[in-house]
Amino acid sequence: MTKSELIAVLTDKHHGFEQEEIDVVVNTVLEAIIAELAKGKRVELRGFGSFSTKARRARRGRNPKTGETVMVPAKHMPHFKPGKEMRERVDA
Amino acid sequence: MTKADIADIIHERVGLSKKDAMELLESMLEEIKAELAKGNDVKLSGFGHFVLRQKSERRGRNPKTGEEIMITPRRVVTFRASQLLKKRLPIEE
Repeated sequence: MTKSELIAVLTDKHHGFEQEEIDVVVNTVLEAIIAELAKGKRVELRGFGSFSTKARRARRGRNPKTGETVMVPAKHMPHFKPGKEMRERVDA
Repeated sequence: MTKADIADIIHERVGLSKKDAMELLESMLEEIKAELAKGNDVKLSGFGHFVLRQKSERRGRNPKTGEEIMITPRRVVTFRASQLLKKRLPIEE
C-alpha cells in the first residue's frame, strides 16, 4: 500500500471529506511526527507504536567504490517500536 | 507527543473539529495496521516504509530469570525511514 492508496481508502470510508482534505490530513500527521522527532522527542501512538530517535556515534567508514576510509559523523537515526496491538495483529 | 497532540495540530492547521481530526487519525493508523495484518508492506513516500519480516525460531533468555527459552518463529514489522526523515534529525546531541 502506498500513500495515495491509503488516502483513497480513507476517502472511501469517510464520506463528507474531500480527497484533498484527507490528503492534507495524512501529510499533516506525517509532518507532525517528523517535526517532533527533529526536536529529539518521542511520538507515542497507542496500539500502533512509538517513534523515537537513537544516537549513533561517529565511526570510521569506507567508501565502497574507492575503498577510501572516511569518517561518518555522529548522528541520530529514527526508530520505530511496534505497539502491542500492532505486534499481535501482524503475527496472528 | 501522543494522538491527542496530533489531533490538535490537525485541528489548528487544517481547521477540522478535534473530534473529526481524532477520528481520521485513528482511521489512518487502523488502515495501516490492517494492511500490515494482511501481509502487505505500507510505503509512505517522504516518511518511510513499514516492512514485514519473517523471523525464524531462535534461542533466547528471560532477562529477569536468566532462564533459556525458545523464541517462536514470528512475523514482525520494521520501519525503514525515508532519506527525507533521516535528514531532518539533529546531527549532534
